[in-house]
Amino acid sequence: MSLVLPAPDLTRALTRISHEILERNAGSSNITLLGIPTRGAHLANRIAEIITKIESVPVQVGTLDITLHRDDLRMRPPRALMPTVIPALGVEGRDIILIDDVLFSGRTIRAALDALGEIGRPKSVQLAILVDRGHRELPIRADYVGKNIPTSREQSVVVHLTELDGADEVLVEGGSE
Amino acid sequence: MKHLLSINDLSKADAISILDTAQELARVSDGPMKKLPTLRGRTIVNLFAEDSTRTRISFEAAAKRLSADVINFSAKGSSISKGESLKDTAQTLQAMGADAVIIRHGASGAAQRLADSQWMSGSVINAGDGTHEHPSQALLDAFTIRKHLSKGASDLAGLRIAIVGDVLHSRVARSNVLLLSKLGAQVILVAPPTLLPVGIESWPCEISYDLDDVIKSVDAIMMLRIQMERMSELFFPNAREYSRYFGLNIDRMKALKPAAIVMHPGPMNRGLEITADAADGARSVIVEQVANGVSIRMAILYLLLAGSQEIGAAL
Repeated sequence: MSLVLPAPDLTRALTRISHEILERNAGSSNITLLGIPTRGAHLANRIAEIITKIESVPVQVGTLDITLHRDDLRMRPPRALMPTVIPALGVEGRDIILIDDVLFSGRTIRAALDALGEIGRPKSVQLAILVDRGHRELPIRADYVGKNIPTSREQSVVVHLTELDGADEVLVEGGSE
Repeated sequence: MKHLLSINDLSKADAISILDTAQELARVSDGPMKKLPTLRGRTIVNLFAEDSTRTRISFEAAAKRLSADVINFSAKGSSISKGESLKDTAQTLQAMGADAVIIRHGASGAAQRLADSQWMSGSVINAGDGTHEHPSQALLDAFTIRKHLSKGASDLAGLRIAIVGDVLHSRVARSNVLLLSKLGAQVILVAPPTLLPVGIESWPCEISYDLDDVIKSVDAIMMLRIQMERMSELFFPNAREYSRYFGLNIDRMKALKPAAIVMHPGPMNRGLEITADAADGARSVIVEQVANGVSIRMAILYLLLAGSQEIGAAL
Protein backbone atom coordinates (compact mmCIF):
# COMPACT_ATOMS: atom_id res chain seq x y z
CA MET A 1 0.00 0.00 0.00
CA SER A 2 1.48 3.37 -0.92
CA LEU A 3 0.45 6.88 -0.06
CA VAL A 4 0.00 8.88 -3.26
CA LEU A 5 -1.81 11.96 -1.96
CA PRO A 6 -1.21 13.07 1.64
CA ALA A 7 -3.61 15.38 3.48
CA PRO A 8 -1.96 18.76 2.67
CA ASP A 9 -1.78 17.86 -1.05
CA LEU A 10 -5.41 16.75 -1.03
CA THR A 11 -6.47 20.09 0.44
CA ARG A 12 -4.35 21.96 -2.10
CA ALA A 13 -5.89 19.96 -4.93
CA LEU A 14 -9.41 20.82 -3.77
CA THR A 15 -8.48 24.49 -3.45
CA ARG A 16 -7.08 24.51 -7.00
CA ILE A 17 -10.17 22.74 -8.37
CA SER A 18 -12.36 25.35 -6.63
CA HIS A 19 -10.44 28.17 -8.31
CA GLU A 20 -10.58 26.44 -11.69
CA ILE A 21 -14.35 25.99 -11.40
CA LEU A 22 -14.80 29.69 -10.58
CA GLU A 23 -12.48 30.78 -13.37
CA ARG A 24 -14.15 28.67 -16.02
CA ASN A 25 -17.69 29.63 -14.98
CA ALA A 26 -16.93 33.28 -14.28
CA GLY A 27 -18.02 33.13 -10.64
CA SER A 28 -20.37 30.97 -8.65
CA SER A 29 -23.74 32.54 -9.47
CA ASN A 30 -24.91 29.92 -11.98
CA ILE A 31 -23.12 26.81 -10.70
CA THR A 32 -24.59 23.93 -8.72
CA LEU A 33 -22.26 21.36 -7.17
CA LEU A 34 -23.60 17.79 -7.05
CA GLY A 35 -21.53 15.19 -5.21
CA ILE A 36 -21.96 11.49 -5.91
CA PRO A 37 -22.39 9.60 -2.59
CA THR A 38 -20.67 8.75 -0.49
CA ARG A 39 -17.23 10.34 -0.81
CA GLY A 40 -18.12 12.58 -3.72
CA ALA A 41 -20.79 14.17 -1.56
CA HIS A 42 -18.26 15.04 1.14
CA LEU A 43 -15.85 16.40 -1.47
CA ALA A 44 -18.68 18.55 -2.89
CA ASN A 45 -19.30 20.03 0.56
CA ARG A 46 -15.60 20.83 0.95
CA ILE A 47 -15.39 22.47 -2.47
CA ALA A 48 -18.57 24.42 -1.68
CA GLU A 49 -16.97 25.65 1.53
CA ILE A 50 -13.85 26.82 -0.30
CA ILE A 51 -15.87 28.53 -3.05
CA THR A 52 -18.10 30.24 -0.50
CA LYS A 53 -15.01 31.55 1.26
CA ILE A 54 -13.51 32.90 -1.98
CA GLU A 55 -16.69 34.49 -3.33
CA SER A 56 -18.30 35.40 0.03
CA VAL A 57 -21.68 34.14 -1.24
CA PRO A 58 -23.06 30.66 -0.58
CA VAL A 59 -22.96 28.24 -3.51
CA GLN A 60 -25.66 25.70 -4.43
CA VAL A 61 -24.59 22.22 -3.33
CA GLY A 62 -26.35 18.87 -3.22
CA THR A 63 -25.97 15.13 -3.78
CA LEU A 64 -26.96 12.85 -6.64
CA ASP A 65 -27.42 9.13 -6.05
CA ILE A 66 -26.86 7.10 -9.19
CA THR A 67 -27.58 3.57 -7.92
CA LEU A 68 -30.83 3.13 -9.86
CA HIS A 69 -29.06 3.99 -13.11
CA ARG A 70 -26.05 1.69 -12.76
CA ASP A 71 -25.44 -0.78 -15.57
CA ASP A 72 -23.97 -3.38 -13.21
CA LEU A 73 -26.99 -3.76 -10.91
CA ARG A 74 -27.61 -7.30 -12.06
CA MET A 75 -24.04 -8.35 -11.38
CA ARG A 76 -24.13 -7.56 -7.67
CA PRO A 77 -26.47 -7.94 -4.70
CA PRO A 78 -28.93 -5.05 -4.40
CA ARG A 79 -27.43 -1.90 -2.93
CA ALA A 80 -28.98 0.49 -0.47
CA LEU A 81 -30.02 3.77 -2.03
CA MET A 82 -28.29 6.94 -0.89
CA PRO A 83 -30.02 10.29 -0.58
CA THR A 84 -30.36 12.63 -3.53
CA VAL A 85 -30.60 16.26 -2.49
CA ILE A 86 -31.19 18.81 -5.22
CA PRO A 87 -30.63 22.36 -3.93
CA ALA A 88 -33.35 25.01 -4.08
CA LEU A 89 -32.61 26.40 -7.55
CA GLY A 90 -32.86 22.95 -9.19
CA VAL A 91 -30.80 21.90 -12.22
CA GLU A 92 -32.78 23.52 -15.04
CA GLY A 93 -30.52 25.98 -16.89
CA ARG A 94 -27.71 25.67 -14.31
CA ASP A 95 -24.07 24.80 -14.83
CA ILE A 96 -23.79 21.51 -12.96
CA ILE A 97 -20.47 20.36 -11.53
CA LEU A 98 -20.54 16.63 -10.82
CA ILE A 99 -18.04 15.67 -8.13
CA ASP A 100 -16.69 12.21 -7.36
CA ASP A 101 -13.61 10.79 -5.68
CA VAL A 102 -12.16 8.41 -8.29
CA LEU A 103 -12.63 8.33 -12.08
CA PHE A 104 -12.05 4.82 -13.39
CA SER A 105 -14.19 3.15 -16.06
CA GLY A 106 -16.46 6.18 -16.45
CA ARG A 107 -19.59 4.11 -15.85
CA THR A 108 -20.55 5.93 -12.67
CA ILE A 109 -20.46 9.22 -14.55
CA ARG A 110 -22.58 7.80 -17.37
CA ALA A 111 -25.13 6.74 -14.75
CA ALA A 112 -24.92 10.20 -13.17
CA LEU A 113 -25.67 11.86 -16.52
CA ASP A 114 -28.74 9.63 -16.86
CA ALA A 115 -29.86 10.39 -13.30
CA LEU A 116 -29.39 14.11 -13.94
CA GLY A 117 -31.38 13.97 -17.17
CA GLU A 118 -34.32 12.69 -15.20
CA ILE A 119 -34.35 15.70 -12.90
CA GLY A 120 -34.08 18.38 -15.59
CA ARG A 121 -32.04 19.90 -18.38
CA PRO A 122 -28.92 21.71 -17.12
CA LYS A 123 -27.18 24.33 -19.25
CA SER A 124 -23.95 22.38 -18.98
CA VAL A 125 -22.48 19.49 -17.02
CA GLN A 126 -18.85 19.48 -15.90
CA LEU A 127 -16.94 16.85 -13.98
CA ALA A 128 -14.56 17.34 -11.06
CA ILE A 129 -12.58 14.35 -9.82
CA LEU A 130 -10.10 13.95 -6.98
CA VAL A 131 -8.17 11.08 -8.59
CA ASP A 132 -8.14 10.04 -12.24
CA ARG A 133 -6.70 6.51 -12.35
CA GLY A 134 -7.20 5.85 -16.09
CA HIS A 135 -8.65 2.72 -17.74
CA ARG A 136 -11.71 4.42 -19.19
CA GLU A 137 -14.31 2.16 -20.79
CA LEU A 138 -16.52 4.99 -22.03
CA PRO A 139 -15.81 8.28 -23.84
CA ILE A 140 -15.83 10.36 -20.64
CA ARG A 141 -13.21 12.79 -19.32
CA ALA A 142 -12.94 15.05 -16.31
CA ASP A 143 -12.87 18.86 -16.54
CA TYR A 144 -11.13 19.27 -13.20
CA VAL A 145 -8.67 16.69 -11.86
CA GLY A 146 -7.06 16.68 -8.42
CA LYS A 147 -4.32 14.25 -9.40
CA ASN A 148 -3.67 11.85 -12.25
CA ILE A 149 -2.49 8.54 -10.82
CA PRO A 150 -1.49 5.92 -13.38
CA THR A 151 -2.48 2.49 -12.05
CA SER A 152 -2.74 -1.07 -13.27
CA ARG A 153 -6.18 -2.69 -13.37
CA GLU A 154 -5.15 -5.04 -10.57
CA GLN A 155 -4.54 -2.18 -8.17
CA SER A 156 -7.20 -0.37 -6.24
CA VAL A 157 -7.32 3.27 -5.28
CA VAL A 158 -8.53 4.00 -1.76
CA VAL A 159 -9.69 7.49 -0.81
CA HIS A 160 -9.96 8.30 2.89
CA LEU A 161 -11.69 11.46 4.05
CA THR A 162 -11.73 12.89 7.56
CA GLU A 163 -15.56 12.92 7.70
CA LEU A 164 -15.77 9.13 7.24
CA ASP A 165 -12.37 7.61 7.84
CA GLY A 166 -10.71 9.96 10.30
CA ALA A 167 -7.95 11.08 7.92
CA ASP A 168 -7.46 12.66 4.51
CA GLU A 169 -5.32 10.51 2.20
CA VAL A 170 -5.30 8.62 -1.09
CA LEU A 171 -3.63 5.20 -1.20
CA VAL A 172 -2.90 2.70 -3.93
CA GLU A 173 -3.20 -0.95 -2.95
CA GLY A 174 -2.26 -4.29 -4.49
CA GLY A 175 -0.80 -5.19 -7.89
CA SER A 176 2.83 -4.48 -8.66
CA GLU A 177 3.46 -1.17 -7.00
CA MET B 1 -33.75 -12.46 0.35
CA LYS B 2 -35.52 -13.85 -2.65
CA HIS B 3 -39.19 -13.81 -1.63
CA LEU B 4 -41.40 -11.59 0.50
CA LEU B 5 -43.97 -13.91 2.08
CA SER B 6 -44.36 -12.83 5.68
CA ILE B 7 -43.22 -10.08 8.01
CA ASN B 8 -41.61 -12.87 10.04
CA ASP B 9 -39.03 -13.25 7.25
CA LEU B 10 -37.76 -9.73 7.89
CA SER B 11 -35.42 -8.58 10.63
CA LYS B 12 -35.85 -5.11 12.06
CA ALA B 13 -32.89 -3.93 9.96
CA ASP B 14 -34.44 -5.42 6.79
CA ALA B 15 -37.70 -3.61 7.45
CA ILE B 16 -35.92 -0.31 8.05
CA SER B 17 -33.91 -0.76 4.88
CA ILE B 18 -37.15 -1.23 2.91
CA LEU B 19 -38.60 1.93 4.47
CA ASP B 20 -35.42 3.91 3.75
CA THR B 21 -35.33 2.71 0.15
CA ALA B 22 -38.99 3.66 -0.26
CA GLN B 23 -38.24 7.11 1.06
CA GLU B 24 -35.63 7.65 -1.64
CA LEU B 25 -37.91 6.19 -4.32
CA ALA B 26 -40.79 8.45 -3.26
CA ARG B 27 -38.71 11.25 -4.73
CA VAL B 28 -39.16 9.68 -8.17
CA SER B 29 -42.91 9.65 -7.77
CA ASP B 30 -42.79 13.35 -6.89
CA GLY B 31 -40.46 14.32 -9.75
CA PRO B 32 -41.32 15.25 -13.33
CA MET B 33 -40.00 11.98 -14.78
CA LYS B 34 -41.78 9.10 -13.07
CA LYS B 35 -39.66 6.41 -14.65
CA LEU B 36 -36.39 4.69 -13.82
CA PRO B 37 -34.57 2.17 -16.02
CA THR B 38 -33.68 -0.09 -13.08
CA LEU B 39 -35.77 -3.19 -13.86
CA ARG B 40 -35.73 -2.94 -17.65
CA GLY B 41 -36.24 -6.34 -19.23
CA ARG B 42 -37.66 -7.98 -16.10
CA THR B 43 -41.11 -9.52 -16.30
CA ILE B 44 -43.43 -9.28 -13.32
CA VAL B 45 -46.72 -11.15 -13.16
CA ASN B 46 -49.63 -9.91 -11.07
CA LEU B 47 -51.42 -13.13 -10.20
CA PHE B 48 -54.64 -12.09 -8.50
CA ALA B 49 -56.96 -14.94 -7.64
CA GLU B 50 -58.98 -12.60 -5.41
CA ASP B 51 -60.38 -9.15 -6.14
CA SER B 52 -58.22 -6.14 -5.45
CA THR B 53 -58.08 -2.55 -6.62
CA ARG B 54 -55.31 -0.74 -4.87
CA THR B 55 -52.82 -3.51 -4.23
CA ARG B 56 -52.84 -4.68 -7.85
CA ILE B 57 -52.73 -1.19 -9.34
CA SER B 58 -50.13 -0.14 -6.82
CA PHE B 59 -47.82 -3.05 -7.68
CA GLU B 60 -48.43 -2.40 -11.37
CA ALA B 61 -47.58 1.30 -11.03
CA ALA B 62 -44.48 0.43 -8.98
CA ALA B 63 -43.24 -2.10 -11.54
CA LYS B 64 -43.86 0.26 -14.43
CA ARG B 65 -42.04 3.14 -12.76
CA LEU B 66 -39.03 0.83 -12.56
CA SER B 67 -39.47 -0.08 -16.26
CA ALA B 68 -40.38 -3.74 -15.70
CA ASP B 69 -42.90 -5.44 -17.98
CA VAL B 70 -46.11 -6.27 -16.17
CA ILE B 71 -48.52 -9.05 -17.01
CA ASN B 72 -51.85 -8.92 -15.21
CA PHE B 73 -53.55 -12.16 -14.52
CA SER B 74 -56.76 -12.36 -12.56
CA ALA B 75 -58.95 -15.29 -11.68
CA LYS B 76 -61.88 -13.96 -13.58
CA GLY B 77 -61.26 -14.35 -17.29
CA SER B 78 -58.38 -16.82 -16.88
CA SER B 79 -58.06 -20.59 -16.61
CA ILE B 80 -58.17 -20.35 -12.80
CA SER B 81 -61.92 -19.89 -13.16
CA LYS B 82 -61.95 -23.12 -15.21
CA GLY B 83 -60.40 -24.90 -12.24
CA GLU B 84 -56.70 -24.84 -13.19
CA SER B 85 -54.49 -25.65 -10.21
CA LEU B 86 -51.93 -23.25 -8.75
CA LYS B 87 -49.21 -25.65 -9.91
CA ASP B 88 -50.27 -25.56 -13.55
CA THR B 89 -50.67 -21.81 -13.43
CA ALA B 90 -47.21 -21.43 -11.91
CA GLN B 91 -45.61 -23.67 -14.52
CA THR B 92 -47.26 -21.65 -17.27
CA LEU B 93 -45.82 -18.46 -15.79
CA GLN B 94 -42.39 -20.10 -15.51
CA ALA B 95 -42.52 -21.07 -19.19
CA MET B 96 -43.27 -17.44 -20.05
CA GLY B 97 -40.16 -16.32 -18.15
CA ALA B 98 -41.64 -14.49 -15.18
CA ASP B 99 -38.91 -13.00 -12.94
CA ALA B 100 -41.38 -12.38 -10.12
CA VAL B 101 -44.93 -13.31 -9.27
CA ILE B 102 -47.04 -11.08 -7.08
CA ILE B 103 -49.73 -13.35 -5.71
CA ARG B 104 -53.03 -12.63 -4.00
CA HIS B 105 -54.96 -15.75 -3.11
CA GLY B 106 -57.93 -16.66 -0.93
CA ALA B 107 -56.06 -19.56 0.67
CA SER B 108 -53.76 -18.77 3.60
CA GLY B 109 -50.29 -20.04 2.71
CA ALA B 110 -50.72 -19.92 -1.07
CA ALA B 111 -47.68 -17.65 -1.49
CA GLN B 112 -45.57 -19.89 0.73
CA ARG B 113 -46.62 -22.94 -1.27
CA LEU B 114 -45.63 -21.22 -4.51
CA ALA B 115 -42.26 -20.18 -3.10
CA ASP B 116 -41.43 -23.59 -1.59
CA SER B 117 -42.39 -25.56 -4.67
CA GLN B 118 -40.06 -26.11 -7.59
CA TRP B 119 -42.80 -25.00 -9.95
CA MET B 120 -41.14 -21.75 -10.85
CA SER B 121 -37.77 -20.11 -10.28
CA GLY B 122 -38.71 -16.44 -9.85
CA SER B 123 -39.34 -14.40 -6.72
CA VAL B 124 -42.70 -14.65 -4.98
CA ILE B 125 -44.26 -11.61 -3.35
CA ASN B 126 -47.25 -12.13 -1.09
CA ALA B 127 -49.95 -9.56 -1.84
CA GLY B 128 -52.42 -11.09 0.62
CA ASP B 129 -53.10 -14.76 1.30
CA GLY B 130 -56.43 -15.60 2.90
CA THR B 131 -56.55 -14.37 6.49
CA HIS B 132 -52.81 -14.86 6.94
CA GLU B 133 -50.58 -11.94 5.89
CA HIS B 134 -50.30 -8.90 3.68
CA PRO B 135 -46.70 -7.73 4.22
CA SER B 136 -46.56 -4.91 1.67
CA GLN B 137 -49.61 -3.28 3.28
CA ALA B 138 -47.97 -3.41 6.72
CA LEU B 139 -44.78 -1.90 5.29
CA LEU B 140 -46.67 0.98 3.70
CA ASP B 141 -48.56 1.57 6.95
CA ALA B 142 -45.29 1.63 8.90
CA PHE B 143 -43.85 3.98 6.29
CA THR B 144 -46.83 6.34 6.65
CA ILE B 145 -46.65 6.27 10.46
CA ARG B 146 -42.89 6.86 10.43
CA LYS B 147 -43.24 9.79 8.06
CA HIS B 148 -45.80 11.53 10.28
CA LEU B 149 -44.81 10.58 13.79
CA SER B 150 -41.27 9.27 14.23
CA LYS B 151 -39.64 12.75 14.36
CA GLY B 152 -36.67 11.63 12.30
CA ALA B 153 -36.07 8.29 14.03
CA SER B 154 -35.66 5.28 11.75
CA ASP B 155 -38.00 3.07 13.81
CA LEU B 156 -41.32 3.57 15.62
CA ALA B 157 -40.10 3.31 19.22
CA GLY B 158 -42.45 4.78 21.80
CA LEU B 159 -45.49 5.14 19.55
CA ARG B 160 -48.87 3.67 20.54
CA ILE B 161 -50.93 2.41 17.65
CA ALA B 162 -54.48 1.06 17.86
CA ILE B 163 -55.80 -1.38 15.26
CA VAL B 164 -59.57 -1.49 15.47
CA GLY B 165 -62.18 -3.85 14.09
CA ASP B 166 -62.30 -7.13 12.22
CA VAL B 167 -58.97 -8.61 13.32
CA LEU B 168 -60.25 -12.16 12.83
CA HIS B 169 -60.46 -11.92 9.05
CA SER B 170 -57.69 -9.38 8.62
CA ARG B 171 -54.33 -10.27 7.13
CA VAL B 172 -53.53 -6.55 7.35
CA ALA B 173 -53.90 -6.66 11.15
CA ARG B 174 -51.63 -9.69 11.54
CA SER B 175 -48.86 -8.26 9.35
CA ASN B 176 -49.16 -4.90 11.06
CA VAL B 177 -48.97 -6.30 14.58
CA LEU B 178 -45.82 -8.21 13.65
CA LEU B 179 -44.15 -5.33 11.84
CA LEU B 180 -45.10 -2.40 14.09
CA SER B 181 -44.05 -4.27 17.23
CA LYS B 182 -40.82 -5.29 15.50
CA LEU B 183 -40.17 -1.59 14.86
CA GLY B 184 -40.65 -0.79 18.54
CA ALA B 185 -44.24 0.46 18.58
CA GLN B 186 -46.82 -0.61 21.14
CA VAL B 187 -49.82 -2.10 19.35
CA ILE B 188 -53.31 -2.36 20.85
CA LEU B 189 -55.96 -4.42 19.10
CA VAL B 190 -59.49 -3.22 19.75
CA ALA B 191 -62.35 -5.49 18.69
CA PRO B 192 -65.36 -7.38 19.97
CA PRO B 193 -64.25 -10.79 21.31
CA THR B 194 -66.01 -12.52 18.41
CA LEU B 195 -63.74 -10.78 15.92
CA LEU B 196 -60.45 -11.80 17.53
CA PRO B 197 -58.75 -14.99 16.30
CA VAL B 198 -57.93 -17.98 18.50
CA GLY B 199 -54.39 -17.70 19.86
CA ILE B 200 -54.39 -13.91 19.93
CA GLU B 201 -52.72 -14.00 23.39
CA SER B 202 -49.46 -15.02 21.72
CA TRP B 203 -49.39 -11.97 19.43
CA PRO B 204 -46.95 -9.22 20.46
CA CYS B 205 -49.69 -6.72 21.35
CA GLU B 206 -52.26 -5.64 23.93
CA ILE B 207 -55.98 -6.34 23.56
CA SER B 208 -58.89 -4.13 24.51
CA TYR B 209 -62.65 -4.30 24.06
CA ASP B 210 -63.23 -0.63 24.77
CA LEU B 211 -62.38 1.85 22.00
CA ASP B 212 -63.24 4.93 24.09
CA ASP B 213 -60.74 3.86 26.70
CA VAL B 214 -57.93 3.33 24.19
CA ILE B 215 -58.49 6.22 21.80
CA LYS B 216 -57.25 8.93 24.18
CA SER B 217 -53.74 7.55 24.38
CA VAL B 218 -52.85 6.51 20.83
CA ASP B 219 -50.66 8.25 18.23
CA ALA B 220 -52.26 6.49 15.29
CA ILE B 221 -55.54 4.66 14.86
CA MET B 222 -55.99 2.14 12.09
CA MET B 223 -59.55 1.14 11.27
CA LEU B 224 -60.06 -2.26 9.65
CA ARG B 225 -62.72 -3.09 7.11
CA ILE B 226 -65.56 -5.33 8.24
CA GLN B 227 -65.06 -8.16 5.75
CA MET B 228 -68.62 -9.11 4.93
CA GLU B 229 -67.49 -11.45 2.14
CA ARG B 230 -65.58 -13.66 4.60
CA MET B 231 -68.33 -13.73 7.21
CA SER B 232 -70.47 -16.82 7.05
CA GLU B 233 -71.94 -16.39 10.52
CA LEU B 234 -73.04 -13.53 12.71
CA PHE B 235 -70.16 -11.88 14.57
CA PHE B 236 -72.06 -8.89 15.96
CA PRO B 237 -75.79 -8.24 16.45
CA ASN B 238 -76.14 -5.57 13.77
CA ALA B 239 -74.18 -2.94 11.91
CA ARG B 240 -75.55 -0.04 13.97
CA GLU B 241 -74.44 -1.59 17.20
CA TYR B 242 -71.00 -2.31 15.77
CA SER B 243 -70.57 1.30 14.63
CA ARG B 244 -71.69 2.60 17.99
CA TYR B 245 -69.07 0.60 19.88
CA PHE B 246 -66.22 0.22 17.39
CA GLY B 247 -66.76 2.81 14.65
CA LEU B 248 -64.67 5.97 14.30
CA ASN B 249 -67.05 8.91 14.35
CA ILE B 250 -66.76 12.64 14.94
CA ASP B 251 -67.09 12.35 18.75
CA ARG B 252 -64.29 9.82 18.99
CA MET B 253 -62.15 11.99 16.67
CA LYS B 254 -62.35 14.72 19.33
CA ALA B 255 -60.93 12.34 21.91
CA LEU B 256 -57.77 11.68 19.84
CA LYS B 257 -54.46 13.32 20.70
CA PRO B 258 -53.84 16.52 18.71
CA ALA B 259 -51.18 14.99 16.44
CA ALA B 260 -52.76 11.56 16.03
CA ILE B 261 -53.42 10.24 12.54
CA VAL B 262 -56.31 8.17 11.17
CA MET B 263 -55.57 5.23 8.85
CA HIS B 264 -57.55 2.66 6.91
CA PRO B 265 -56.15 0.07 4.49
CA GLY B 266 -59.21 0.42 2.23
CA PRO B 267 -61.66 -0.28 0.79
CA MET B 268 -63.75 1.51 3.41
CA ASN B 269 -67.29 0.72 4.48
CA ARG B 270 -68.25 4.32 5.07
CA GLY B 271 -70.78 4.59 7.86
CA LEU B 272 -69.84 1.21 9.34
CA GLU B 273 -66.30 1.19 10.74
CA ILE B 274 -65.59 4.83 9.85
CA THR B 275 -67.83 7.81 9.20
CA ALA B 276 -67.29 10.14 6.26
CA ASP B 277 -66.18 13.04 8.53
CA ALA B 278 -63.47 10.87 10.03
CA ALA B 279 -62.35 9.40 6.70
CA ASP B 280 -62.14 12.76 4.94
CA GLY B 281 -60.97 14.86 7.90
CA ALA B 282 -57.66 16.67 8.24
CA ARG B 283 -56.11 13.87 10.34
CA SER B 284 -56.90 11.22 7.80
CA VAL B 285 -53.87 9.88 5.89
CA ILE B 286 -55.92 7.29 4.00
CA VAL B 287 -55.26 8.72 0.54
CA GLU B 288 -51.61 9.24 1.36
CA GLN B 289 -51.37 5.56 2.33
CA VAL B 290 -52.20 4.70 -1.27
CA ALA B 291 -49.46 6.99 -2.62
CA ASN B 292 -46.97 5.56 -0.13
CA GLY B 293 -47.98 2.08 -1.26
CA VAL B 294 -46.42 2.70 -4.67
CA SER B 295 -43.11 3.80 -3.11
CA ILE B 296 -43.02 0.80 -0.76
CA ARG B 297 -43.74 -1.61 -3.59
CA MET B 298 -41.06 -0.01 -5.74
CA ALA B 299 -38.65 -0.58 -2.86
CA ILE B 300 -39.70 -4.23 -2.51
CA LEU B 301 -39.32 -4.88 -6.24
CA TYR B 302 -35.99 -3.07 -6.33
CA LEU B 303 -34.54 -4.96 -3.37
CA LEU B 304 -35.81 -8.36 -4.56
CA LEU B 305 -35.15 -8.04 -8.28
CA ALA B 306 -32.53 -5.44 -9.14
CA GLY B 307 -29.47 -7.29 -7.90
CA SER B 308 -28.15 -10.66 -8.83
CA GLN B 309 -29.95 -13.57 -7.22
CA GLU B 310 -26.90 -15.83 -7.41
CA ILE B 311 -24.63 -13.89 -5.09
CA GLY B 312 -27.27 -13.42 -2.42
CA ALA B 313 -28.90 -10.27 -1.31
CA ALA B 314 -28.28 -7.19 0.77
CA LEU B 315 -31.45 -7.96 2.69
